[in-house]
Amino acid sequence: MADGSLGLWTVPLAVFGGAIRVSTPFLFVSLGECITERSGRINLGLEGTLVMGAMSAYGISYLSGSPWLGVLAAGITGAMLGALHAGICSLPRVNDIAVGIALMLFGTGLAFYLGKPLIEPTAARLPAIDFGWWSDVPQVRAALRINVLFLIGIALAPILYWAFKTTRWGLLIRTAGESSDAARAMGYSVLAIRLRATMVGGFLSGIGGSFLSLFYPGSWNEGLSSGQGITAVALVIFARWDPMLCLWASLAFGGAAALGPALQSVGVTSGYHLFNAAPYILTLAIMIITCSPKRTLTGAPAELSITR
Amino acid sequence: MEFGRISRRHLLQGGAALTLGTAFGAGAARAAGTTIGFVYVGSRDDYGYNQAHAQGAAALKKLPGLKVIEEEKVPETDAVEKTIESMINLDGASLLFPTSFGYYNPHVIKMAKKFPKLRFEHCGGLWSDKDPTNAGSYFGYIDEAQYISGIVAGYSTKSGKLGFVAAKPIPQVLRNINAFTLGARLANPKATTQVIFTGDWSMPVKEAEATNSLIDQGVDVLTCHVDGPKTMVENAARRGAMVCGYHVNQSPLAPKAYLTGAEWNWEALYPKFVKMIAAGETIPNFYRGGLKEEIVKCSPYGEAVSAEARKHADDIKAKLVAGNYTIFKGPIMDNKGNAVITSGTDRGQTDPELEKMNYLVEGVLGATS
Repeated sequence: MADGSLGLWTVPLAVFGGAIRVSTPFLFVSLGECITERSGRINLGLEGTLVMGAMSAYGISYLSGSPWLGVLAAGITGAMLGALHAGICSLPRVNDIAVGIALMLFGTGLAFYLGKPLIEPTAARLPAIDFGWWSDVPQVRAALRINVLFLIGIALAPILYWAFKTTRWGLLIRTAGESSDAARAMGYSVLAIRLRATMVGGFLSGIGGSFLSLFYPGSWNEGLSSGQGITAVALVIFARWDPMLCLWASLAFGGAAALGPALQSVGVTSGYHLFNAAPYILTLAIMIITCSPKRTLTGAPAELSITR
Repeated sequence: MEFGRISRRHLLQGGAALTLGTAFGAGAARAAGTTIGFVYVGSRDDYGYNQAHAQGAAALKKLPGLKVIEEEKVPETDAVEKTIESMINLDGASLLFPTSFGYYNPHVIKMAKKFPKLRFEHCGGLWSDKDPTNAGSYFGYIDEAQYISGIVAGYSTKSGKLGFVAAKPIPQVLRNINAFTLGARLANPKATTQVIFTGDWSMPVKEAEATNSLIDQGVDVLTCHVDGPKTMVENAARRGAMVCGYHVNQSPLAPKAYLTGAEWNWEALYPKFVKMIAAGETIPNFYRGGLKEEIVKCSPYGEAVSAEARKHADDIKAKLVAGNYTIFKGPIMDNKGNAVITSGTDRGQTDPELEKMNYLVEGVLGATS
């Protein structure tokens, strides 16, 4: 301890810090996808939305000097991609999963193309709030440098949970997701509800992307997302379409991502590929444990093309 | 429009034939009018491996009479063959630089056999007698520059703990880790290097997590061997640690934290290759070199580097440039206690044994598997 290291304590601290640092994109994408899927549609294109969000946030932050404008731009870009997905899916006999895959490729490709000149410059980053002032340990202070977006994400989960349960909007989204006939019988346009739900989902995913490029790891490059968007979509199924479970699952995934490097740093070197794969193993394990051929997944909206 | 297309193609083919004629048939003025094709595996402004090559290409663009064409993000698959063929058939390229390791076998070899009159210079491959003679492989002993970085890091660390964010435990990477550590222990015999493997060449989130974990362990000087060092450099500087760069000079990213770095010097090598071709000399098929041959270089020292560190590093650098210094000089123990290079054995840079390196030297905390 005298030399400033924490020894084995690094591992739980890194998992804790990783849960805070790495989870935010998972959280925003999964909450966004949760809204979209509750309305009865799957948007697999959120990986592309995340990358486009990261790129546009970085670009706008670089050009304007204001990272918050970047976050807004990322949200708007995401909403536009969401509108594109919903618009195409509104056409008859269009499969939302296929459109999602197409948009995933489109979004990442477009982001790489437009983001080419942004790899080298350094854009203004989002500020962090120092919650570690009470501690003398620099490692704890570093782990507790928290970004506002993370706090917004944490607040958003219970708000969404409450909104789905008690508000009129929540009920409408759920109706569109459970039975489009019922929504139509009530006089609502299912397509309009899904359009809005997909746009909000895209908006949140775009913001998730802005966290990647403007806070952590904190710069734009083409390997930035490395599949986090698609993992977050899977996470929604794993979280049973429940916003609160999305929050816990995102935190668990963030912590799991930190486990591999942290274990190596304290000298547990064998099988680091296995620890690096921890988030994916976790997903597979939970999917296998909870699936059953005899029934559909509990909590799955009945209108989803995978449950229908 | 069928007619227009055909005529364009014929025109291009004619142009290609013409270029070939001037490049290889006409003796003295060989380099004049030559088109040179560069193929990169990633983005050419990644502050890393590909940018280093693109800087070399940019140096060629400045030479008169040369046309340089580039293509980025070409995967190490059949795609590289298509890129090379289109560079040859459509743009008339007569000298090609496929710069990524995985292009070589089988793709570059296949292309070299198909176009026996053109020259292929591949970065990183191991050319052997069985390969076509119009293909060549070149690479630099960048571990020499890493050794210098290690010396500077050894003087600069306060905790005696250095960190290395590495992609995969392959010989080239292990050689860099070992050279960095040996250099650091020259300056500070108690220094250790904690290594973290991220598992792949470009994993920004893992690299950032690795950087944070290392600093949490008390590491105060970091370096790396990944494709884009930007993530490590920026995140380490934010946490107040110092860094040694890799591939290119990253000091603009963290001017205060940047000590020095191991850089490629392709902007010196590529014009040299072109001049050799112009003079009618043959480039050796297996081309290697270090600081002495100006294939690698060290970044200028940052302001945080002490006078003592500069002196020691400059001294060793001068010896390496003069060619009378051996980094891997026995006795060297690995970090499991086995003698990997016995006392009295000097493994000079060209020693093929070093290209098969599969151990981490004493002082490295970490394992290859």
